[in-house]
Amino acid sequence: MKYSYFPGCTLRNKAKDLDDYARACAEKLGFTLEELTDWQCCGGVYPLGADEIASKLPSVRALNGAKEKQQDLVAVCSACYHVLKRVNDDMANVADIQTRANNYMALSEPYKGEAKVLHYLEVLRDKVGFDNLKKQVVNPLTGRKIGAYYGCLLLRPGSVMNFDDPENPTIMEDFIRALGAEPVVYPYRNECCGGYISIKEKEHSAALCRRITDSAAGFQADCLVTACPLCKYNLENNSELPIVYFTELLAEALGIKEVR
Amino acid sequence: MNKVEEIKTISGVNPLKCMKCGKCSASCPSFNEMDIKPHQFVTYVINDDVEALANSKSAWKCLSCFACIERCPRDVKPGKVIDAARQILIRQRGQEGLSADEIPALLDEETPQQLLMSAFRKYRR
Repeated sequence: MKYSYFPGCTLRNKAKDLDDYARACAEKLGFTLEELTDWQCCGGVYPLGADEIASKLPSVRALNGAKEKQQDLVAVCSACYHVLKRVNDDMANVADIQTRANNYMALSEPYKGEAKVLHYLEVLRDKVGFDNLKKQVVNPLTGRKIGAYYGCLLLRPGSVMNFDDPENPTIMEDFIRALGAEPVVYPYRNECCGGYISIKEKEHSAALCRRITDSAAGFQADCLVTACPLCKYNLENNSELPIVYFTELLAEALGIKEVR
Repeated sequence: MNKVEEIKTISGVNPLKCMKCGKCSASCPSFNEMDIKPHQFVTYVINDDVEALANSKSAWKCLSCFACIERCPRDVKPGKVIDAARQILIRQRGQEGLSADEIPALLDEETPQQLLMSAFRKYRR
């Protein structure tokens, strides 16, 4: 199975572990991530303004690229996934945005939200299957107590993201279980880390992060797992708890990365 | 376009739908930092006082976590109102919340590109 792949800006730089292991694990599990040839940065945040068109165009270009290849579009970074999925929803359902974006793009055929956006975890859940994933684990992470940190962008707004139950998600816990570890469910797993506020107001983000990591540590988690480079950065700056990308855990369990 | 029409256009929000249940404020991770609270945003639009919203601390404190949008039982989307207030501000010359000159001092070895991109989108046009 082949998917169009949108790595995003950070996966090319600071989050190489998120990218490299995603690709290597995909091959091991029998699917291929084909990087789009002319992708541009998604912008990191979804442009909320109804009149913002230009900042949505990089996503439209990526979505149309996947449509032309007749492939689903896979993202690994929570922010890329969020932005691509919401812009795709606009292109399918908001006539004004669809018209104006297509006027800019001047594609051979107008783009109307035909592509399907998937997060890598959704591929594991819905295409590979967690039961099947479990069978391919060679280094089960037995005895590890791992807390899933969902944050905001994968889940909300649930009506558009349709990723999992936005208030009580289970996909990452199921993923952790498939790798042989024990998931730790703690109350702050879908609370915000502060996101972009940490560029200027470190203390604001720090207070939010400490609530999250203290909560997880209180439930005896020995590490947290995330799909978002910015969440990882914020949490790591404010906690002793190790924060790892979900693809690192996957690579350990599949024998691609040395177990720490 | 006057400011009230502008904020309605940018946000797409109908402030009259709000029934003041306060769920948005109860959900907001920045509640303590805000001078105008999420459940009050729409009141400023109704009262034709968008200036106060745009000049509030709250305009810079929203994290776009979408908790208020997720939990609003009337689908009012308070987060879109405050983001639109911020848009009205940063679309004016000299009102940006972050300048390129400030950036080098804010970086460290681990700063992800995602943080810079997001901040540029949120703090300036």
